[in-house]
Amino acid sequence: MADNNENQGFIKRFLALPTDSVPKTLFVAVALCLVASMIVSAAAVALRPQQAINALKDKQVNILQVAGIYDPNTDVIEAFGAFEPQVLELETGLFTDEFDIATFDDRKAADDPATSVALTDDPAGIGRQGKFVTVYLLRDDTGGVDKVILPIHGYGLWSTLYGFIALEENGNDIFGLQFYEHAETPGLGAEVDNPRWKALWSGKKLADDNGDLQISVTKAVPAAGEEYHVDALAGATLTTAGVHNLVNFWMGEAGYKPFLENLKAGGL
Amino acid sequence: MAQKRREMLIDPLVDNNPITLQVLGICSALAVTSSLQVAFVMSIAVTFVTAFSSMFISIIRNHIPGSIRIIVQMVIIASLVILVDQVLKAYAFEISKTLSVFVGLIITNCIVMGRAEAFAMKNPPLDSFIDGVGNGLGYGLILMLVGIIRELFGSGSLFGITILETVNNGGWYVPNGLLLLPPSAFFIIGLLIWAFRAWKPEQVEEREFKIQNVEAH
Repeated sequence: MADNNENQGFIKRFLALPTDSVPKTLFVAVALCLVASMIVSAAAVALRPQQAINALKDKQVNILQVAGIYDPNTDVIEAFGAFEPQVLELETGLFTDEFDIATFDDRKAADDPATSVALTDDPAGIGRQGKFVTVYLLRDDTGGVDKVILPIHGYGLWSTLYGFIALEENGNDIFGLQFYEHAETPGLGAEVDNPRWKALWSGKKLADDNGDLQISVTKAVPAAGEEYHVDALAGATLTTAGVHNLVNFWMGEAGYKPFLENLKAGGL
Repeated sequence: MAQKRREMLIDPLVDNNPITLQVLGICSALAVTSSLQVAFVMSIAVTFVTAFSSMFISIIRNHIPGSIRIIVQMVIIASLVILVDQVLKAYAFEISKTLSVFVGLIITNCIVMGRAEAFAMKNPPLDSFIDGVGNGLGYGLILMLVGIIRELFGSGSLFGITILETVNNGGWYVPNGLLLLPPSAFFIIGLLIWAFRAWKPEQVEEREFKIQNVEAH
């Protein structure tokens, strides 16, 4: 108690100083910073669990949506249980047990020099590419693969677009494509979120019968034909080019091609 | 006293509006008005920050040394803004995704600093709080007006509910893409200032220069 009184006396002494004196200035600055930092850090720590849940839920909702099984009325976490997450090594196209699936963070891994490579040929504009990514499998009743959900990202006009592409079990037919994080121009580039545009992806094919990648997002229908072509977004030339490049990059040799070969061969 | 406080709350809505009369806080008004929902949340956030920063600054106003007063104000404002940002991320995740950097930029909103410096430093806490609420609401009012025009004619909807079915979704309305881009808010705010000043001519500033008639020789 005596200690407390002494403390109060100490603070009172400072408060009684002339406001513009040097000791008072220092006292006010230090005291204010202490109080402000305590409030801010308390809020940050107290709210972090809720924020982490939100971010996770948001990602899961997007995975459900791209797989076409999202229903706003059901519990996201329960519905998400249908998926089988796996860490994939891009180079070999095989799943790996090297990491704990629950804690593996694709973006952290892509920044860590030990688990990523700096790209020299970088059409998607991502700088470094992680060697490992988390993919999601949806199995049918007999245990065979029904759909695979693969994370993709690349640079558009203003921002990196993060999204998922859902492929059928043959590894060539697109079921859907969706971006869950981007900062493109509202009304123009941000129309990548337009349900009508997203619906265009369904049923398109990645590669032709010779195995050459033909998928394109352009204004004009290319020679390969309508089944490999998604119409460009009106008024968003650079976002469209970004989407075209990132899909081609991730579906190509440096991306999921080895995995898709394995998928076609079966036995996953 | 009650009468005075009522005036403090109502005055910034039209007669002394921070955007249309003082022309402050324009940058965020351009950025967040393309959809009404976002503009609404931004208005609440700014009102909260202006009100509480004014109150806290007013509480310690007699102890703030003149040499560091702007920094002291900034620390209080910045702490409140971080608080708002964290709460939005925890409880309004979707909206915080669309607001992204603009919540952080409330720190640089001239209205908050302006009220702290011009009012809270010289007035008691409750008055400062009410003044902050009034100015936040004045800002919010303009944001909502601009937001209504931009969302209705730019996306054909209000609060995300479709009013005019757009061509992209198979309807008849061809949306005005310009209204979705920030520059359009400049035109709308300009027109609003014109309308306000035509309605209340006393808001018109005196000309700094008069064009003189030079007599012909």
